[in-house]
Amino acid sequence: MEARDFSTTENIELELLLQAVFMQYGYDFRDYSRAHVKRRVKHRVAQEGMKSISELQNYVLHDRSTFERLVRSLSINVTEMFRNPDFYKSVREKVIPILKTYPYLKIWHAGCATGEEVYSFAIMLKEEGLLKRTQIYATDFNPDVIQQAQKGIFPIRNIKEYTTNYQKAGGKESFSDYYHANDEWVIFEKSLKKNIVFAEHNLVTDGVFAEVNMIICRNVLIYFNRNLQNEVLKLLHKSLIAGGFLALGTKESLMFSSEEKKYKAIDARQKIFKKKHD
Amino acid sequence: MTEKRKIKAVVVGASAGGLFALKKLLPALPATFSCPILVVQHMSPHSDNYMTRMLNDLSQLTIKEADEKEAILPGTVYIAPPDYHLLVEADFTLSLSMEEKVNYSRPSIDVLFETAADVYGSHLMGIVLTGASADGAGGLLAVKKKGGYTIVQHPDDAESPIMPKAAIERTNPHKILTLDKIIALLLQV
Repeated sequence: MEARDFSTTENIELELLLQAVFMQYGYDFRDYSRAHVKRRVKHRVAQEGMKSISELQNYVLHDRSTFERLVRSLSINVTEMFRNPDFYKSVREKVIPILKTYPYLKIWHAGCATGEEVYSFAIMLKEEGLLKRTQIYATDFNPDVIQQAQKGIFPIRNIKEYTTNYQKAGGKESFSDYYHANDEWVIFEKSLKKNIVFAEHNLVTDGVFAEVNMIICRNVLIYFNRNLQNEVLKLLHKSLIAGGFLALGTKESLMFSSEEKKYKAIDARQKIFKKKHD
Repeated sequence: MTEKRKIKAVVVGASAGGLFALKKLLPALPATFSCPILVVQHMSPHSDNYMTRMLNDLSQLTIKEADEKEAILPGTVYIAPPDYHLLVEADFTLSLSMEEKVNYSRPSIDVLFETAADVYGSHLMGIVLTGASADGAGGLLAVKKKGGYTIVQHPDDAESPIMPKAAIERTNPHKILTLDKIIALLLQV
């Protein structure tokens, strides 16, 4: 465990709140990056019109809806379709050809938020002729975002950017073929989610989810401290078949993890790794 | 600086015109400069690390893009990566976050300054440079509230005076200085 600074009252209050949340509800934020959690919690305190983290703790313990709002504050759902197009391009060029050699595929999006990347992957798999033989799992610890992801409905204001991303990512069709639009929203074609299972799963407190050919877990580990990163990376390793692929976020790395030697980098810049055989 | 204090880290926030200011400021510091410097320069989410590489080539200090969970080392300059917030942890390591933009910015100066103020307290120096944004004003106030030393680039000296003006109004900083004077002051740290 890393040393923690209990020097200020606020840090003590935060530690107690996280302990209380874990004991009462089983959500474990104790090994999240503390500076990040502190910011989010203080934001919640302000939003609730409260004076201190202790006051928030009182409500969180006795009122489930306050707890739920706190969990939403601690869940980061910033995402977009074909985010970092170069990453998708690299998957198309370096990973898809190998995935094509399997008769049946399982892909896991761990920490999928509102699902933009899940639909992006489904579109890519469809264009590569793989979607029909792929089972996709999309999970997140936040039940709200899972519900949203399941709908496949996104605000139309982002579509221009997504279309550019799609094209840069090596998209082969016209992006608008994949959705229907009205003034405010686009809804993605139902066939895309035929093989997607959306489920609640917490990387911190739940176990191995399935044995899969590829895991996409981008910009999730950055919110954990090193200790927890290691634990989650072990879980991801167990969930991959030998020769399976792990994709992390642009600024995430296996470098300081005990898991590093168990992978071969397929694209070090785009953070795509291949699990070695034992 | 007239007060007696030991500065252990410097945070710098810059927006429009910031590249020019940083190009002047960072290469002016000697290899012996012992404080770590943490920098948020607003930039496009799609930019590459060209700026960091260029600044590093020009400077005697090591200038690098911040990596998550890396230890903050003396004499090193850490630049927030495009599209990530940069945060300071209590164990003097760095964290990155992709949470919502703050003041329409990611990275946001406020996020860096507030978390650094929390950790370094009175041993932090916060500097707000040129920019056309209100980001940094709240962060600089947090630095001051925690006892840190606050400096704003003089609006007349800044390529874009909006951000310095916002910071001055909100914080009433210890010093309002031209870039040259800021450099001179840093050399005494």
